[in-house]
Amino acid sequence: MSFLDKFSTVHLDVLKEVGNIGAGHAATSLSTLLNKKIDMRVPKVSVVSFDEMMDMAGGPENIVASVFLRIEGDAPGSMFFVLSIEQANTFIKQMINDVHFSFENPPYHELAMSALQELGNILSGSYLSSLSDFTNLDLYPSVPALSIDMVGAIISFGLIELSQVSDYAIVIDTALDDDDTHSSESVKGHFFLLPDPDSFETIFKALGVAEDE
Amino acid sequence: MNDTVQIVKVGIADMNIVTTPNLIRTSGLGSCVGVVVYDQAKELAGLAHVMLPDSSLAKSGIMNIAKYADTAVKELVSRMIELGARSYSLKAKIAGGAQMFQFTSSNDMMRIGPRNVEAVKRELAMLKITLVAEDVGGSSGRTIEFDPKTCLLNIRTVNKGIRDL
Repeated sequence: MSFLDKFSTVHLDVLKEVGNIGAGHAATSLSTLLNKKIDMRVPKVSVVSFDEMMDMAGGPENIVASVFLRIEGDAPGSMFFVLSIEQANTFIKQMINDVHFSFENPPYHELAMSALQELGNILSGSYLSSLSDFTNLDLYPSVPALSIDMVGAIISFGLIELSQVSDYAIVIDTALDDDDTHSSESVKGHFFLLPDPDSFETIFKALGVAEDE
Repeated sequence: MNDTVQIVKVGIADMNIVTTPNLIRTSGLGSCVGVVVYDQAKELAGLAHVMLPDSSLAKSGIMNIAKYADTAVKELVSRMIELGARSYSLKAKIAGGAQMFQFTSSNDMMRIGPRNVEAVKRELAMLKITLVAEDVGGSSGRTIEFDPKTCLLNIRTVNKGIRDL
């Protein structure tokens, strides 16, 4: 497990706070965008094997809509905003005001793809800029890329950097819910933040936590 | 003898071997490559879910040999020979190596799919294993399943349906 051995519960708590702040801002943006109340769950920080990571997002064959972006700058990493197909449908219906729209059958609607990509862009942008303010690190998002495909195929792409060092990933996972969770129009999304192995030290240092605490 | 068909699942950066009547499957191949090596007469097939092209990319720690194209293919073949496969009759089918996201980034890691495919092919050629069929590249995730009896590789994608190789 090499680089993961250095982490204590203090470190995981710091990462939880990182997820909390980032996703908190993203939830606010989402709420403004949809004009709806959005709830955020307490972030989970877990050390998981690659297979377990797929299970967190519903299993490797589960089909999702995902916006992926690379974080560049002081603390590089990968970020995913993952939505189930139904959730993506709900979002897009609200965004483009077309109740008949659906992501079930390709080829997908161009406007809808663009709207979804923009949604991911706004949310991850606000996540990242709050993170950048909080840590005083320079973090730049790459242009986000959208893919509607199997979880395994999508997430494994974000694990490539990490996989050169470890067989485990530290995942900062935050789920968003909208207020009326019982209705079928409920909106749920997951943020996965996967810092590159070398970035942990940078993040901890920026927040004043010694690596070997 | 247990005649119920079992589907052996291979996780990410993992490998396994099956014999008839069982099937072997790996799910959600993106930039990763699924390598099937089989001996048709012996009805024996191995599958490796390769994640990275070259074990020299490993930076530290214990190495997982199933993760890298160069080590995984070698290990899979030697395990199969231990189980009775004959090296001259081994054949291979591969799938995966997609480019899931289009980036303009200069980072070489973004081309990981094609690099995985090249590495697997190079390794198969070195071991003199015939590559019978391939379904690589593109931008779709794949789930593959291999039947050592029929030697058909079933490939499922989200956008392009199902086909057999």
